[in-house]
Amino acid sequence: MLSPTGNTGDAIFRALMFLVGLFVVSVVIAMLIALASDSMLSIREFGFHFLISRQWNPIKGEFGALPFIYGTIVSSLIALLISVPLSLGIAVFLVEQAPHYIARPVGFLVELLAAIPSVVYGLWGIFVLAPFLRSYLEPPLAKAFGRLPLFQGPITGIGLLTGGIILAIMITPIISAVVRDVLAAVPGSQREAALALGATKWEMIRVVLVNGAPGIAGAVILGLGRALGETMAVTMVIGNRPEISASLFEPSYTIASAIANEFTEATQDLYLSALVELGLILFLVTFIVNAIARLLVWNVTRKTGGVGRAA
Amino acid sequence: MSGVVMTKMPAQKVAPKIEVRERHEPPARKETGKVKVAVRNLDFFYGRSQALHNISIEIPERIVMAFIGPSGCGKSTFLRTLNRMNDVIPATRVEGEVLIDDHNVYATGTDVVELRRKVGMVFQKSNPFPKSIFENVAYGLRINRLTKSYSELAERVEEALRDAALWNEVKDRLKTSALSLSGGQQQRLCIARALAIRPEVLLMDEPASALDPIATSKIEELVFDLKKQYTIVIVTHNMQQAARVSDTTAFFLLGKLIEVNSTEKMFTAPNEKLTEDYITGRFG
Amino acid sequence: MAVTRPVDRMRRVTSAIMTTLTGLCTLVAIGILLIILSYIAYRGIGSLSFRFLVDSPRPVGEGGGIGNAILGSVVLLTLSSAFGLPLGIAVGIYLSEIGKGRFADAIRFLVDTLTGIPSIVTGVFVYAILVLPMRHFSAFAGGVSLALIMIPIVARTTEEMLKLVPHSLREGALALGAPQWRVILGVVLPAAASGIATGAMLAIARVSGETAPLLFTAFGSRFFSYYLDRPISSLTVQIYNYAISPYDEWHAQAWAATLVLMTLILGINIMVRFLTRKRF
Repeated sequence: MLSPTGNTGDAIFRALMFLVGLFVVSVVIAMLIALASDSMLSIREFGFHFLISRQWNPIKGEFGALPFIYGTIVSSLIALLISVPLSLGIAVFLVEQAPHYIARPVGFLVELLAAIPSVVYGLWGIFVLAPFLRSYLEPPLAKAFGRLPLFQGPITGIGLLTGGIILAIMITPIISAVVRDVLAAVPGSQREAALALGATKWEMIRVVLVNGAPGIAGAVILGLGRALGETMAVTMVIGNRPEISASLFEPSYTIASAIANEFTEATQDLYLSALVELGLILFLVTFIVNAIARLLVWNVTRKTGGVGRAA
Repeated sequence: MSGVVMTKMPAQKVAPKIEVRERHEPPARKETGKVKVAVRNLDFFYGRSQALHNISIEIPERIVMAFIGPSGCGKSTFLRTLNRMNDVIPATRVEGEVLIDDHNVYATGTDVVELRRKVGMVFQKSNPFPKSIFENVAYGLRINRLTKSYSELAERVEEALRDAALWNEVKDRLKTSALSLSGGQQQRLCIARALAIRPEVLLMDEPASALDPIATSKIEELVFDLKKQYTIVIVTHNMQQAARVSDTTAFFLLGKLIEVNSTEKMFTAPNEKLTEDYITGRFG
Repeated sequence: MAVTRPVDRMRRVTSAIMTTLTGLCTLVAIGILLIILSYIAYRGIGSLSFRFLVDSPRPVGEGGGIGNAILGSVVLLTLSSAFGLPLGIAVGIYLSEIGKGRFADAIRFLVDTLTGIPSIVTGVFVYAILVLPMRHFSAFAGGVSLALIMIPIVARTTEEMLKLVPHSLREGALALGAPQWRVILGVVLPAAASGIATGAMLAIARVSGETAPLLFTAFGSRFFSYYLDRPISSLTVQIYNYAISPYDEWHAQAWAATLVLMTLILGINIMVRFLTRKRF
């Protein structure tokens, strides 16, 4: 492979670099292949039924992913519901309102939330958040909204709601960091145009938000991608019970926490294969979600820093 | 259009031909001579450095006043003090008074939103919102709650687009994105957007400097038409443009107001030597 | 100016409310951070002792410590860095300096999406390709899984830092007749070195907190070990095991271990922040 400079050192170097690039491709392909092949057993056994079956019974050898899909989706939704407004508020404050000397250190502190490992969030979740919810948040919710099946049932502090809340805390630094970059990329002329027409500060901020809408959407989807794959914190506070129930107070199970919890105990081949199949589902879903998010955010902020930081 | 040669100049200075537009039509508007904007002893500071020194000027109603001067002389900064747009820049300070209709806009308790409704602004580079043409023009009307019904809103939008000489070009695609317009059209859209809320004063910061000559002449014609209703202050680095569209001209240099004069006098027989030097192209 | 219309007063009030709300959101986030960090310090400090940092775990009631977990984490981080840093930097060099066109765009896209793959899926993958064939858990497998997580992160920051190096530097060297590989390795890379180093530090901090992939690659151990083909303990897995156990004593140890881990992670983050601040 000759290089443009004709130098053999260069040719070798470029070949090496090309191999490095290939390496990346092969890792992704290898992942897909490994996951697919090791879940073949389960795929052949259950087929499409796997995705809609509620039965997760290792003893009987019946495996269905629906409880995990449900738990993953609902916990992520709760997380988004809480985190998106919060993150938007933080980003708007830091970009549009706070003076520079406040925005930088405060922004750093918010980003530190992303540096806390998942297992630490889980630990804090078990011993601080769950008791707090059990004593101070869930009873009032039950009293106020108990008529809705969402808020019925025994209150233990461990369950879908707790999982959702802890996920919300974990994805907030990511979403707010990307939205900050998005808002900062909106040209000042847009702000001036709004102000010159008599807009109040908030009305001007709305114009900025409209400008940043596609990037904000990307940030939210990025946060969703993180929430879907979060494992340790969720597995420690969600209860790990493979059942679908309407109440947010009830324990639940996500795909990631199921794998984490049961992988080392899966002695039968079918059991293991079913867990790998769960991993395959998670892989595909997060791959697609992240791809969409990247496409949305790439177009808005050419700065890769915001997205890279979020990982 | 008579070309006027500077008679006071010594022979060796090259005198550029600057055309002063004669008025073909009788003034259809009331040039009352009433002062709309009065600035008294205005000092402006960016942090520690002073950008404007002791500016005092009176701008009468319904005329076009041009601000000219070399780049960096403070004419844009001064323009922006008139609608307090400099407030958005941190660490700026103003001393002195800017009176619009005898109210000092820098007095504490001034409603800046109200001020900016009265004093509109068009920027150097057009900045339409990423919305439809209609929504751009309607923006000021909507946020200021100036109309009571959608039909009234649509009427005002049409009126503004007509005033900006853009209606015929866009009337069939009001709901399409404003960003699909050409540069000159976008700038006229921004003018329409500013006019929609019926300001009394219109500030224009080099509105045509980013446009090609054809678009520029359209904007200039527009300014000429607009002065029937509005008090217009236009900042320009193009002296010919100032001579073409304005009634009065103010010359700035290094943050100071050197001279204010009728445009005709300014470009034929200015009072100050500095003005003369600038007009004849000795600097800037 | 003239009398303010009621609707304008409403607009001003709305603006004030919303801008206050955004400040509140920020306060909430900072508050949560401070609550978590202070609680870790509060609960963790009690059980910290020299013995604790040096001993391996003991049955309940006999004390014990996280010495082997610390050793295990060090081994795993060293191993993963040995693989992950050079490969990550190499990918970063490729993306920044060599890769042009569609193939490179595809690579960049894949690297981006690799950062989004949940670490537990990476763990399953490494289980499939390493643990199963080897028939047992190993530190090696754990290191590889951490390396796979590290590579996309390091690649990204490396690419960014390399892109910051001004073109004039490259052109100057090339104009002197240096081959491209010399320019990249000898001129551009050193120029970006501090940025790449901070990126590497952040990646290490990030990976030191990973637990999920280790659960079935390195698995964990109650003993001191540094053999690469045996299971090995780690701080994060130990914290997890203690946290979900029913014993108060082990909970206390979990908090103390967390304090140690957080000190490391926060230390790196703050140091990096301090270093990058000086650049601006």
